[in-house]
Amino acid sequence: MAVTQGEAPRESFRLSMLLYDTRYRSYTIQIFALMLLMLGAAWLIDNTLRNLQALGKDFSFAFLWNVAGYDISQRPIEYDSTMTHGRAAVVGFLNTIILAIMACVLATVVGVIAGVLRLSNNWMVARLMTVYVEVFRNIPTLLWILIFGAIMTEAMPPPSAFRGDEPTASMAFFDSVAVTNRGVYVPAPEFSRGLGALDLGGVQPSLNAIAFILVVALSIWANRRLIAHATRVQNATGVRPKTWWKSLLILFGPVILLLWALGFHLSYPELRGFNFQGGIHMRNSLIAMWLGLGIYTGAFIAENVRAGILAISKGQTEAAFSLGLQPGKTMRLVILPQALRVIIPPLISQYLNITKNTSLGLAVGYMDLRSTLGGITINQTGRELEGMMLMMLIYLLISLTISGAMNVYNSRVKLKER
Amino acid sequence: MNKSTFLGTLAVGALAAGIASAQTLNDVQSRGELNCGVSTGVNGFSAPDANGVWQGFDVAVCRAVAAAVLDDPNAVNFVPTTGQTRFTALASGEVDMLARNTTWTFSRDVDLRFTFTGINYYDGQGFMVDRGLGVSSATELDGATVCIQTGTTTELNLADYFRVNGMDYEPVPIETNAEAQQQYLAGACDVYTTDVSGLAATRASFENPGDHVILPEVISKEPLGPLVRHGDDQWADIVRWVLNALIAAEELGVTSTNLAELAAGTNNPEINRLLGTEGNLGEMFGLDNEWAVRALAVGGNYGEIFAANIGEQTPIGLARGLNAQWTQGGLMYSPPFR
Repeated sequence: MAVTQGEAPRESFRLSMLLYDTRYRSYTIQIFALMLLMLGAAWLIDNTLRNLQALGKDFSFAFLWNVAGYDISQRPIEYDSTMTHGRAAVVGFLNTIILAIMACVLATVVGVIAGVLRLSNNWMVARLMTVYVEVFRNIPTLLWILIFGAIMTEAMPPPSAFRGDEPTASMAFFDSVAVTNRGVYVPAPEFSRGLGALDLGGVQPSLNAIAFILVVALSIWANRRLIAHATRVQNATGVRPKTWWKSLLILFGPVILLLWALGFHLSYPELRGFNFQGGIHMRNSLIAMWLGLGIYTGAFIAENVRAGILAISKGQTEAAFSLGLQPGKTMRLVILPQALRVIIPPLISQYLNITKNTSLGLAVGYMDLRSTLGGITINQTGRELEGMMLMMLIYLLISLTISGAMNVYNSRVKLKER
Repeated sequence: MNKSTFLGTLAVGALAAGIASAQTLNDVQSRGELNCGVSTGVNGFSAPDANGVWQGFDVAVCRAVAAAVLDDPNAVNFVPTTGQTRFTALASGEVDMLARNTTWTFSRDVDLRFTFTGINYYDGQGFMVDRGLGVSSATELDGATVCIQTGTTTELNLADYFRVNGMDYEPVPIETNAEAQQQYLAGACDVYTTDVSGLAATRASFENPGDHVILPEVISKEPLGPLVRHGDDQWADIVRWVLNALIAAEELGVTSTNLAELAAGTNNPEINRLLGTEGNLGEMFGLDNEWAVRALAVGGNYGEIFAANIGEQTPIGLARGLNAQWTQGGLMYSPPFR
């Protein structure tokens, strides 16, 4: 670099330039704002510490290792009242995750179907979907949760109605599913020659489930290889080899073989004592939360889907029709893949909403993170500040994880610009 | 959902300054109103009547304190709290005292930093079931679905009782007594468990109280009483001795009918000290000497309050039992006014 010396007189820096010189003024303002922010934070922290001291409370998370003493109805991992508050919080966390996943799946399915049908040419169907969307998204989600909860407790028969020689209620689906006012009992998968469970110090994942997931994943991978191969052959010769029976065999053969080898059978719920025993018990609280969150958020997703589809120019549909594609295939192969780009970003925030709204679980007694750590534990130990902060941190981490994963998916489906 | 928890955290965390100092009496007097935490509605103990006026056994304690401190039994702002929100409400200063079927336990006293100012009802946890179930003992409840109020000692006692007896149960956690009542009546749970007095009060409000039995087992000790925050001994003393005054008055035979007559002076020095015609007990904790007269004028002595709200003549129909005076074989015993 050529250096020219002594041409422009070097301006000496004066303090007033911090205010009047546009080159420095923005720095001044930013530093000033930062200092204000830090002062505010320091004041909050100082005030908190001083008030804690005045109340005679310390700041400690040691309560997480104390015995909890309370029971939790829905336990994805082993838990009883002699275990710790920390363990109870983990149970609550898993319950939150289970509910969030179930509600996200339901909301997506309901939302996509309703969104597509709302654009249907069938006047009746389109209007029905409009009614669904407008009714559900304009009533608070808490009310929907309470309504579904009330329907389950008030309208369903008690377990005792299934008893006796002439029961007033009977089980659905060939005596396999019992719908009671205490929840829905569905058959549970069981293995007579099971592989047992891994012991990972406190958590015991079932080896059966791991084997099942592995086999399914392998089958799907093999099937994709098969289809890729068929595409290569088609590109080379112009004739696509028949793959459907091979696909069926690859997808279902190994799984059926595995289930048979493990001695798979269903255990049906049975009325014993006060309640049904056996099977999987989906409690009222879970069902109310699942339907409430899923169908409520589904209405928002339906609007996102509709917006996404309408964003694709009509020319695309006309072009697909002129190539001879049927309406169903046009939607599946031409419109939806392009619409996904518009749909995914708002979908992320809907998933985040569902996850955060699971904290309404207390309203129907669903034992999620809010009810265990943020409810009973805080109440029994008096650690409001620590409990609330821990809970906020966990919800933050869950939400950031979801939005990170969805952003990765979004970058895969978005328009590739080269 | 839980506004108090949130506000409490906020308050503890940031806003309220110096709430634990010995200021409660001044605060209450300058505010002209007592903030009293009560339950969200248990008939006989604390529930609004048809005119929206809070009535009940616990409410009477609040009113007696308000009368002693503010000379107005109606200068009470009743704050309904759930099992989960009550402690935060008290710790954060949202209420000045709690009178809400709250069990005196070690950890609440020591770790949660509250001062229990006495016991106004000796209770124990029991079970209520539908008569049609044919259950006659709590030991037959293996596998039952049990409705419980979360954030209470009953939750912990229940877990202990079923574990010790090797039985299984399905807990249905519920926030308030009203919700629990509705769930129990809808048959969403076989059993409702809470303190026996609460069961009796809840059953009394059923359409057919006779269809429900309270099982004979009482599985815990539940001494219920009013409580205040740690750190303000003057205020704790006031609440404690207002309650003691109600209890002592029954023992000494001071009732709402003879109160005016006895307040003029008697030949019993203890009554004179209690009612302020002798000595200066009231001045010792920052009130005047008429405080006990005002507290007793509201609803009479402990026995009268009991009889009017939850006694055998009321729909709730609780016998005095452990809550009789010590002279009658009960546990109600006030330290002397001296």
